[in-house]
Amino acid sequence: MDIKLAIFYILAAFTVWAAGVVVLGKNIVRAAVALIFSFCGVAGLYVLLEAEFLAAVQVLIYVGGITILLLFAIMLTSRIGAGTTRVINDQVVLSALVGAGLLFGLGYAVLRGIPALTGPPHLPETSPFLGRALLTTYALPFEVVSVLLLAGMVGAIVLARKE
Amino acid sequence: MLKLVWLVPVLPLVGVLVNGIFGHWIKNRAHILGVGTTGLSFLVALGVFLQAAGGQSLNWDIYSWVAVGPFHATVGFQVDPLSAVMMLVVTFVGFVIHVYSVGYMHGDRGYARFFTYMNLFMTSMLILVLANNYLLMFLGWEGVGLCSYLLIGFWYEKQSASDAGKKAFVVNRIGDAGFLLGLFLIWENFGSLHYADVFSQVESLRPVLERPSVLGLSLVTWITLLLFAGAVGKSAQLPLYVWLPDAMEGPTPVSALIHAATMVTAGVYMVARSSALFSLAPQSMSVVATIGAVTAVFAATIALVQTDIKRVIAYSTISQLGYMFLGCGVGAYASAIFHLATHAFFKALLFLGAGSVIHGLQGEQDVRKMGGLATYMPVTAATFLIGSLANAGVFFLAGFWSKDQILHAAIASGHTWLWGLGAAGAFCTAFYMFRLFFLTFTGPTRMDPHVAHHVHESPRVMAVPLMILACFAVVAGLFGYSVEHSPYYSFVNPVFQVSAHGAESHGPSELAMALVSTAIAGAGILVAYHMYRRNPDLPERLARQFAGLYRLLLNKYWVDELYNAVFIDFGKRLCGRLWGFDASVVDGAVNGSSRLTVWLSQVSARFDFHGVDGAVNAIADLIQGGSDAFKRLQTGLIQNYMLAMALGIFVIVSLFFFL
Amino acid sequence: MVPLSHYLILSAILFSLGVFGALTRRNAVAILMSIELMLNAVNVSFVAFARYLPQTQLQGQVFAIFVIAIAAAEMAVALAIVLGLYRNFKTVNVDEINLMKW
Repeated sequence: MDIKLAIFYILAAFTVWAAGVVVLGKNIVRAAVALIFSFCGVAGLYVLLEAEFLAAVQVLIYVGGITILLLFAIMLTSRIGAGTTRVINDQVVLSALVGAGLLFGLGYAVLRGIPALTGPPHLPETSPFLGRALLTTYALPFEVVSVLLLAGMVGAIVLARKE
Repeated sequence: MLKLVWLVPVLPLVGVLVNGIFGHWIKNRAHILGVGTTGLSFLVALGVFLQAAGGQSLNWDIYSWVAVGPFHATVGFQVDPLSAVMMLVVTFVGFVIHVYSVGYMHGDRGYARFFTYMNLFMTSMLILVLANNYLLMFLGWEGVGLCSYLLIGFWYEKQSASDAGKKAFVVNRIGDAGFLLGLFLIWENFGSLHYADVFSQVESLRPVLERPSVLGLSLVTWITLLLFAGAVGKSAQLPLYVWLPDAMEGPTPVSALIHAATMVTAGVYMVARSSALFSLAPQSMSVVATIGAVTAVFAATIALVQTDIKRVIAYSTISQLGYMFLGCGVGAYASAIFHLATHAFFKALLFLGAGSVIHGLQGEQDVRKMGGLATYMPVTAATFLIGSLANAGVFFLAGFWSKDQILHAAIASGHTWLWGLGAAGAFCTAFYMFRLFFLTFTGPTRMDPHVAHHVHESPRVMAVPLMILACFAVVAGLFGYSVEHSPYYSFVNPVFQVSAHGAESHGPSELAMALVSTAIAGAGILVAYHMYRRNPDLPERLARQFAGLYRLLLNKYWVDELYNAVFIDFGKRLCGRLWGFDASVVDGAVNGSSRLTVWLSQVSARFDFHGVDGAVNAIADLIQGGSDAFKRLQTGLIQNYMLAMALGIFVIVSLFFFL
Repeated sequence: MVPLSHYLILSAILFSLGVFGALTRRNAVAILMSIELMLNAVNVSFVAFARYLPQTQLQGQVFAIFVIAIAAAEMAVALAIVLGLYRNFKTVNVDEINLMKW
């Protein structure tokens, strides 16, 4: 067994378990923390995939930004005393079926259609490569995304302010 | 002048219309027009007759009545000796009787109605005798039948009167059916119903007419027998005489005019008019003569024992009509018509006299409650005596000449038995007439006391007609004293030139016959005198001795009962069966179909209610249910919508895989 | 070497879990977390493809960066909306809010 494969399985299991807690966890804060763990797991997977820059970006933005945001939202919208309410709604069965179906479908597609590729042995240095790519080939999407982020910020402020 | 003949039947018609429409307001003055128009009609008739007697004749088609394809008939009048004589007799006797009726019907509730019907009768009878074609004669024939019904049942509130009217009409109808069949045969073979056309073609169509037809009888025999059937009904011969005695339910002037002088003689007139046809059918003539002779005796025997004064005279009428047909049957048409005329005078006289008696006795008609009336009603008694003498055929009076001429013709025809029957009838006639006279006017009175208290002679308006008729009953016979030379015969004989005159040549002489006839009449009178004056209890002893015969005669040979049992009861049972059939089957079918319709409509209603409305409601419910189901889709919950989207994606992805 | 299919199946699992969570959780914030999960799963598959398929520009990774950026922007706005929901309905449970119907 390859060491990489083992690490992959460990990371994958960790990520999946964290995702499970996110989805099924009763306590919403616990779910948020599990989300952090899943992000970290995904970051680890990025490292395994030789996308170090992306792993750093993942941790920074997702863990450092989004989950903090989520926690803030949880804090602002929690009701003291509402502890024993249900977590799952009424359409569980159907959603489970849909999810399972989706999984099976995708799995089937993957196993049928994807050859066992190996890929190039080494990737170039990702960070400078990505930087160059972002500012040359993907300059437009890059600028658009910044505008989007601006709009998002403004929108969030507008929507969330107290009237 | 002759063309004024149209006034003769039309004048009484004016009386009919005015009295009929305005009778309610005219009331007691109805006789002004009723008698007036009849009188004017008589005057015109007299004028026409005198012109005809002077040798003129007329065959005048006034206007076309029926024109259907090949069938033509006109309203037309014919004035020839035969119709002139008839017309004169009808108008004169009719006028006299109308005058009499003013007194007799005085105070009656239906005074105007009476004169309306009487005038209508005059119109119809005159149309009958003046017509120049069979169809118009038939119109008059039916018209007099109608008036007979109306007048017999004049006092219709009395059950027996209305029954008698019905009986007369129904029995007449039987004869009329035969008459119509005869008319059909005439038209089919001669192509026309006009006398002139028919009689002129008799010789040319002889081979056709004499060809044997049904039952071996020749065609012309059938025609004449069928025509005679009508005469049997109208003129009350055997076997259709039964209506005439019952017709006495009507007022006495009606009996006098219709059932003695005029209507019942219509049959004789019709046979005489059709003499050309009868001369080709000797078998029919035999039938006519036989029925006439037998009827004469038959009716006379019944009259011997009757107790109602009018019934006796009625049976006498039937008997005398038999003599007239006997005369026709042996070819002595002119004599038959002569007897018709003389009979009109003395029979009307007798009826009016009886009416006078009844009027004076306030309605009593049973001779057993009369007697000795001569002292109270001298005029009535005297005229009644004259009438009885005339009826009996005593020499010099009217009845003698005509009856004797008929009997002479009978014996001269070779059929002595016909004469024998006639002679027997003459004996009976003399007997029963004088029986009646003696019982009514002579001897001790048997009147009810309170009736006797009020008995009186009739007023002048009734007595004068009696006297007038009595005069004619005496002298009328002299107009025809001789079959060859007398005024009447030389006037009328040319009409019957077709009939055989040879009947006169052989047989006993006229003088011998005259003596025999007088002897027979005298014998009858003597026997009556003996039985009812000399030995008043003799009739009763004879009745007890010959009880069976007496009862047979008294009950009129049970003929009415026989007809009742055979025809009437059968008819009633048949009607009952048919009514039952109609009620159960026909009405049942109608009711059944209506029930079916109701049931079908109920089914349809149920279908409509449940089916159609159900379908409509079902659609509505379907839509509502569908809407209810669909509206659940919109829950408003976002996750439901997301689930739907996910399901959709899943389905599409699967489709991509497997397609 | 880890085969590509492993990464892809992992991505599928994460994605399915995310779908399940988005459809099932009552808390609005939890739904948003599930959506983050889905985005992450997609990123994993992008990056895996970037590693294993011959690409000149590492498009996979570039796209993953963009996804992350957009996810961040989206999360900000979404949470602002959730805050507005909470203020109006006093609850964050989405199955108590059913105004999105006629």
